[in-house]
Amino acid sequence: MFPQKLRAYAARAVMEVILLVLCIFLAFRAPNFLTVGNMLNILRTVSMQGLIAFGMTMVIISGEIDLSVGSAVAFSGCLIAVMVKSGMPVPTAFAITLAVGCCIGTFTGFVRGRYQVPTFITSLALLTGLRGGARLITKGFPVAPDFPDWYTFMGTGYVFNTIPFPAIVLIVTFIIVHFLMNYTSFGRSVYAVGGNPDAARLCGINVSLVRITALAITGTLAALSGIMLSARIDSGNPTVAQGWELDVIAAVIIGGTSLTGGVGTVWGTLIGLIFIGVIINGMTLLNVPTDVQYVVRGLLILVAVLINRVQLRKD
Amino acid sequence: MYPGTVALTDVSIGFEGGRIHALIGKNGAGKSTLVKIISGAVQPTAGTILVNGRAVQIRSPRDAFREGIATVYQELSLVPELTVGENILFGRLPKKRWSRGLVVDWNEVFTRADALLDDMHVDLDTKKKVSQLGVAQQQVVEIAKAMSFTPSVLVLDEPTSALAHHEVQNLFELIRGLAKKGVAIVYITHRLQELEAIADVVSVLRDGDLIGTVNIEEATPETIAEMMFGEVVQKARPAGLAVEQEPVLEVRHLSRKDGLYDIDFTLYKGEVLGIAGMLGSGKTELLRAIFGSDTIDGGEIVVGGRTVTRPNPARMKKLGLGLTPESRKEEGLIPLLTVRDNLCLASLNRLSSNGVIWKRRQQTVAKKTVEELRIAVGDVEQLVASLSGGNQQKVVVGNWLNTEPLIMLFDEPTRGIDVQAKQQMFQIIWDLSRRGISSILVSSELEELVEVCHRILIMRNGRVVGEVGADGLRVDTLLELSMRD
Repeated sequence: MFPQKLRAYAARAVMEVILLVLCIFLAFRAPNFLTVGNMLNILRTVSMQGLIAFGMTMVIISGEIDLSVGSAVAFSGCLIAVMVKSGMPVPTAFAITLAVGCCIGTFTGFVRGRYQVPTFITSLALLTGLRGGARLITKGFPVAPDFPDWYTFMGTGYVFNTIPFPAIVLIVTFIIVHFLMNYTSFGRSVYAVGGNPDAARLCGINVSLVRITALAITGTLAALSGIMLSARIDSGNPTVAQGWELDVIAAVIIGGTSLTGGVGTVWGTLIGLIFIGVIINGMTLLNVPTDVQYVVRGLLILVAVLINRVQLRKD
Repeated sequence: MYPGTVALTDVSIGFEGGRIHALIGKNGAGKSTLVKIISGAVQPTAGTILVNGRAVQIRSPRDAFREGIATVYQELSLVPELTVGENILFGRLPKKRWSRGLVVDWNEVFTRADALLDDMHVDLDTKKKVSQLGVAQQQVVEIAKAMSFTPSVLVLDEPTSALAHHEVQNLFELIRGLAKKGVAIVYITHRLQELEAIADVVSVLRDGDLIGTVNIEEATPETIAEMMFGEVVQKARPAGLAVEQEPVLEVRHLSRKDGLYDIDFTLYKGEVLGIAGMLGSGKTELLRAIFGSDTIDGGEIVVGGRTVTRPNPARMKKLGLGLTPESRKEEGLIPLLTVRDNLCLASLNRLSSNGVIWKRRQQTVAKKTVEELRIAVGDVEQLVASLSGGNQQKVVVGNWLNTEPLIMLFDEPTRGIDVQAKQQMFQIIWDLSRRGISSILVSSELEELVEVCHRILIMRNGRVVGEVGADGLRVDTLLELSMRD
């Protein structure tokens, strides 16, 4: 029998407990699972999508959605590759790409605030438009400029020869977004806006600005992700990151964030990400065929949301 | 109904076919409870209902329909995107005979609906969508829906509350027509001035008691007002609530399209200013306009030496205003968040330094507010949704007091909260006054305004039509002032 307190704690942290059980299971069944190298590898595989997932958590808590992130990743990667290829210094291209990502999010938020177009619609349009834009600027083929070493390091490098650089970026982003959401007036406003926009407005909160900020951060993170991906594949490729928006949203939802807004945590999203990473990693180690892996991941999303629902109703 | 309270005590009342029987009483008098019992929405704890001399059991709205009792509630219950005909016969749409009750016979739907409206002498296209109709026409559809059950008793719960003057006249004609057909009409209202125009008989309820029933010919507005309010114990404001000479808020020629016309008044330091008026008089709209929740189309607001022509909540908050809105659940609180969060919502910027805000700082502030306002909550980390109405209201107020306002706007702060919480709310307002913080109080409870305020503005049809000092003011005088046409 568990002591009362421990049981109450476990009940609140269902996903964490399930993740733990899953890891213990895999530790016994897949011999290579429980090694530092494999753990870091898991973080690396989820890192590029993970960056965006933290931004998406803010967007979804604020009651909005951003479907354009996958295409934005491809577009940013192509954009920086094309700019560098044309002879622009890499740092300048880097900054411009991040700024463009920021502008994409700002645009979606602005249209939402000014013309009441749901972000679902605007970002759906951007999903198609940005993919087209990526093909347009690369003429449909991968662009491979001569990236400097420090650039490719962002996608492939290891710090101290053990920790993948993308994993570090992931953790740093997690810490920043976690801090933003819990320790700044902006973060608390995001919860208020998603929970009850009318009340938030009457409290003197600039609802539209809060939404724009959340979307702009997500756009910037998508651009960063695109840059890191282009560093990893050493080129700008317009066909990468297909369907990422759904993987990212899945991680956020598995982490307990409510699609209706107002509820959710950045910590939950981190758990959701690791959960997906562990499942994919585990299935690969156990030689589960790829087709089956997709089915399992689909089921997983559903089960996770059901668990969160039941949990929510109990509260 | 509500634990520990009695909404109605030993009421015996009869309604006669062909007569329009008005039920009048102020808020909380028991009118709604009586209607709910008659229409089957709630069950009485004791007593019986007789229809045509026969005792009946009404356990649900369905039972009520079967016994020939149809009710039109205050909130309309129509489906906006469906046609008038479909709405009238909703749930009982006639089906094609060959289809075994599967295929709707649309011709029959509109034929029946047309016949029903013809019978009521109403000219309305039954194929129109309800969303294309005005409120008055929707009200007619609602009544037609009730009449489609061919009831012997028709209950109308404040049917004129959302209607304009000329629309009311049309509705009255319709109701009189129905009464002529022999239907017993139960007409609920709190508008004294309507009685003479519509009612044959008037019954007055107060605090759950039936005070009396009189024929309209024998009643005067004064006798009915007296029956409604009884011997009012005039409660005095505590001493030492001084108003200073210094103006803190000046509203100049404030106007808003269809709603507010040329409003002009001044609020002084430490003053508690009441705004009285019937539903639709524009008192809530006035508060919202001053705070910038709604845009204004003309005029200006002078506060703290600044002249504001385009107010918005963020700006007015900076100038020292706070507003506790009329509907706390919809506009005042974030139910998904904790008591702590809700108490710090309006003051997030004040409590943070360079945008960073520490949980401990919020907790300290929240705990202090909980103590000062005596909010009954064990832990400030509890969800605000788990609190009682009175305590939720205190959280809404506390949220604004934490912004250290100079002027508080209270919109119906005592709605739906118990007597003790009400008194505490008054204490809060008086405490503010002692500290030199002015308040504007909007309330539909006239006794409350007389008790709490220094001065009362009277609003009618979007205009300020009068001003009275609260000292020595009688509630029935105020009632008459705010209803006079």
